[in-house]
Order: sequence, then structure tokens, then C-alpha cells
Amino acid sequence: MPSNPRTIIQKVWDSHIVAEREGAPSLLFIDLHLVHEVTSPQAFSGLRQRGVKVRRPDLTFATVDHSTPTTPRNLPILDPIAATQVAQMETNAQDFGIPYFGFQNRDQGIVHVIGPENGLTQPGMTVVCGDSHTATHGAFGALAFGIGTSEVEMVLASQCLLQKKSKSFEVRVDGALKNGVTAKDIILALCAKIGIGGGTGCVFEFTGSAIRALSMEERMTVCNMSIEAGARAGLIAPDEKTYEYLKGRRFAPKGEKWDEAVAYWKTLPTDEGATYDHSVTIDADSLEPMITFGTNPGMGIAINGAIPDPAGIADPLERESLRKALQYMALEAGAPLAGQKIDVVFIGSCTNSRISDLRAAASVLKGRKVSASVRTMVVPGSQEIKRQAEAEGLHEVFRAAGAEWREAGCSMCIAMNGDQLSPGQYSVSTSNRNFEGRQGKGGRTFLASPLTAAASAVMGVVTDVRTLV
Amino acid sequence: MKFESTVTQIQADNIDTDQIIPARFLKTISKDGLGDQLFFDWRYNADGSPKPEFILNTDKAKASKVLFAGDNFGCGSSREHAPWALTQYGFQAVISTSFADIFKQNSLKNRLLPLVVSRDVHQQLRDALAANPDLTVSVDVETQIFTWTGGPAVAFAIDPFAKHCLLAGVDEIGYVLQHEPQIAAYEAQRIGTLNTLAS
Repeated sequence: MPSNPRTIIQKVWDSHIVAEREGAPSLLFIDLHLVHEVTSPQAFSGLRQRGVKVRRPDLTFATVDHSTPTTPRNLPILDPIAATQVAQMETNAQDFGIPYFGFQNRDQGIVHVIGPENGLTQPGMTVVCGDSHTATHGAFGALAFGIGTSEVEMVLASQCLLQKKSKSFEVRVDGALKNGVTAKDIILALCAKIGIGGGTGCVFEFTGSAIRALSMEERMTVCNMSIEAGARAGLIAPDEKTYEYLKGRRFAPKGEKWDEAVAYWKTLPTDEGATYDHSVTIDADSLEPMITFGTNPGMGIAINGAIPDPAGIADPLERESLRKALQYMALEAGAPLAGQKIDVVFIGSCTNSRISDLRAAASVLKGRKVSASVRTMVVPGSQEIKRQAEAEGLHEVFRAAGAEWREAGCSMCIAMNGDQLSPGQYSVSTSNRNFEGRQGKGGRTFLASPLTAAASAVMGVVTDVRTLV
Repeated sequence: MKFESTVTQIQADNIDTDQIIPARFLKTISKDGLGDQLFFDWRYNADGSPKPEFILNTDKAKASKVLFAGDNFGCGSSREHAPWALTQYGFQAVISTSFADIFKQNSLKNRLLPLVVSRDVHQQLRDALAANPDLTVSVDVETQIFTWTGGPAVAFAIDPFAKHCLLAGVDEIGYVLQHEPQIAAYEAQRIGTLNTLAS
């Protein structure tokens, strides 16, 4: 046991300190800065006003994903405001010499999907992006968090970020998931357990046998929604699965550098005897498929559970929040959520749009038809995933079932690109937020796994996938 | 940084940044015009007309510098458009029992004070407002004291660096760029070791 045992969070933090001063936040070096069209234009304007260049374009990568349509790529971007924003991203990437996977690039995709897919995200790195789901990259043992546009400008200008150290929070998940229970259900269960603000001021480290058993893609799903439990970052120590995933990817180290990198990565896991500021445990054996019923991701229940009754809540503000949420969702306290009629199913987003998510959805939809009253959209996370899914014939499964097979992007997760709910509509979505109007003004979102989403698409109502088997 | 103002209350917990400014307004490439879009979906009818009963459409709120809200204000998306919209509307402080991390950082960078109070103080101020909706609060960042008409003087915490930046109007990016020698030294030490993306 080392004399000064440290968590992986502490190790990555320590190795990136550029400057420290009493009474001021630390200056932290950033290894990878991912940029997209929505949160960066004002930062680039700031650089131009200052007459400052991007310090490390070689550590900066840009794409467009949020405001881009998911219609065929030979069609123009019809929304003139979105088209301007996408064009501005291209101009900024060109002017500042930043590698750019543009709208027509074969590697375009959701920023948190293409980073790992191309081997940009690696263990022990600091990763930032003007996007709160940057925590996704924590699946590789990187300290990855979302930043605001002022901070985007700061990192572009200096490759550093002024940052106060967060507290550490161990989320231990032991046991084995039952059939039909997925990584998405783990993170929805955490949100329900500690609440949407439960991890505020903290970085999660996910540990335990159930986390070790997850694939890299599943680990990304878990880390992705750390912010939904209030934590700016969430990570998982790297292991053989991590190295296996990274090996041979486009930007992963090669040859001797690979061996050096792996040797370094093996020093990262939390030392025996290291302690955390907070901790919580989740029992994987007893987890059920989870679904949200309300207007924040912490308002979740097991799929066969009853919608909570505000009358049972002591705190007046919490009671009022729940009452308002049920009013917005037009749901009845105490009623089951399973069986609730739905209008739309969305399978996609940086949470659940990777090839394994699409395979899971296809495994349910194969040989079945989606309900005639449900619009089902399947949106791959990247153009690469789209190609892979098509090579496997998954697109034929989706189309034969009556689902739409679209181009890569954030799509209806954030509803900036024309893919959206109409007022009053209900959706089961594999995305990460069910806030009021998140998927379209007046829309009502139930968050769930790809398995639950696909099963619900078939039945036209919120459905426990295990009842289909 | 010292100001006095009436209080605009939106008493809900977990007000997320999608409510503060809906995502469809993030397609802009400038920071301008966001004040009119603040709380858009709570503030306007489907035809775009303002809902007269919604607090932000009242003259009193329009003249107010202080928003008073529930726990975990600003959760969700990292969009800095949220503090841009709040400050453009006229707010200089938000009072709550807690703030989401990214929102808090974004606010301080835009001279919007995230003022954290205890649950007790939160309740006292709510009670005071129920008795006198027109009361004013005064906030002084230098002394870290805030109070309201007939209320106690309440000390509030603020990170010393953030306080310094607010009071002295420090340009944080300029401050960071002054560390050029340290940044260059760090980069020199890292090349060929940890950082495999570097050329």
C-alpha cells in the first residue's frame, strides 16, 4: 500500500497542475478540448477581439452535432439560423487551424461519441467540452467535464482551465444485472437514489463488480449521465477492456508509444486505502429496468413501480416540485407508469446511440412492428456507427419494423434541429434529460434504456421488455 | 459590487437551464438579445404574447436585480446563455440554497452573483416576502453581507478568488495568459510522455 494512497481522481488532477496559488483556483492543463457549434461561436469571437490564437490546435477537435438535421446529407440545412451556426463552426475551425469533422465528413457525429470512437479520449487525460455530457469520456479513466463558453475561450487561448478541486464520490455497484437490466438502468437508479443535485460539487468514481462487468460502451452510458445526478464528472478506472477498446483506433498511440501509454495507464486506478469524501452503494442484483415519470432525471422508478404521490412527501418544496411535475406530465399519482400510452420513441443521443445500443434495440424490433400510433426514430451517434449498423443489417430491421433510420447527430435529445415532440406528446427516449420542453415545447419525456424504448415502441405503451420475451 | 433591489421570486426547486433559456435559442452565434428569451416557455403564450401573470412580465420584476429561487438552481446543460439571459434581463444576483456547479462558474464569469443561503434563511426571506412583497434586499459583495427590509444581516460565503474578480473586474482569461512561462514549462515536460496526441 502506498504511503499516500490516492484515488484516480486525485492522480489525474495532480498530474495536470500547471500552477497553484493560495486562495486561487488551480490552473489545470487540458489534454483534449472538444468543440461543437453551439457553445463555441462566442468564444471564437472573444479570441478575435483579443487577437489571440488557439494555443494548441493539435489538442483541439471540432464537429457539428446539435443543430444539424438528421435528414439525408445531400439535403441542405433548411433552418437559416442553424445553417449560419454550422457555417461559423467551419470558418472558425479553418481560421484557427483546428481539426474538424464537418457536416459532410464521414467521421461526423455526436462529439461524445466520436471522441472515444477515434481514440481521442484516453485514460488519465483531462478532457473538456462546452457540453455538460462531457463526463461520458470518464469511462476511459479520464477526468472529463463540461464547461461554459467563457471557459471554452479560456482553454482555446491557454490550453488551461482555472478550476477548484471537486470532492470525490464513490458510487459502488456490486452484483450482476438481471436479464433486461442495462447500464442505463444503473445510472437512472443512481439519479433516483441521490437526486438530481446529489453529486453537486463532486466527481464520481464508479466502482464495483457490476461496473467492471460493463463493456466500454456501457461504461460511457453510465458516466454520461453523471451530470444528471449533479456531478460535473464521473469516471471509471481503466482496465484490460479499456486498452482492448482503444488499441488500433485512429488517434490511439501506436508501437512503442502504445506500450508506454499502457504502462502509464496501469498506474491510474485508485490505490488501496484511498478514501472518498462521499460514497453510495447500489445493489445490481436487485435492480429493475428504470424509467422516469417526471421532469428531471432524478424522478425515476422501476418500470413496474407506481408513480409517487406528492401527499407522501414531507418537505413542502419537494412536494410542490413533484405536484408540478405530475401536472406537466399529466400523470396520476399512485398509478402505474407501465401501460401509459406514448406517441414517439427516440433511440439515440450521446447516452445511448452506440452500436451496442442499436443492436439491443434491433434485438427487440426484429420480426416485430412498431405500433401504428408511435413514431419511432433511430438516430446513430456517428456516421461510423451508421455504416457499421448498415453493414450488420440493423437498418433493415429498423425499417422493416416501421422505424425511421436517420443520419447522425444529437437530434431529439435537445430538439434544436427540427426533430422534436409536439405539445402534449409522450415519448420514451434513450436520451438523458426529461426537463419540461426538452424534446420540444410541451413535450413529455420518459427516459429509459434502448430495450425499454424498443419494447414500448412495439406495444405503443410504456412496456417492460421482459414481458415481450 | 453593492446593490439594493426588490425581489423577483420563482419558487421551484431544480430550475434547469432548459427552463432558463430553451435550447432552440442556442442557435445564435452572438450573445445579444437573450434577455427577451429568459424563461421563454414559462413566460409567453403559444402565439408569442406575454403571459401577464408570469412574474417576469411585470414592471416590478423588470426593475428588479435579484431573482429568488429554489434549491439546485441552474442544473442541467452547461449553456452560458443562461447567465447571459439572466443578466441581460437585469439580474445581478440569484439567491438559492444551492447552485449547479457549471451554472455557478458561468454566472461568476458574467458578474451574476450566485448567493447561497441556508434553508432557514431561505424560509425567513420567503416569509418576509409573504408579509411584504415590496421589501428590498441589499447585497454587498465586499462585506459579504446581505439583508432585507426588517430582516437580519446575513453573512454569505463567496470564494475569495471569485470575490476578487467581481470586485476588481479581473479578466480571468487575461489572468490565465499571464501564466505563459508555467504553461510552456508544463508542456515541455509533458511532450513525449503522457500526452500522446501532441505532435
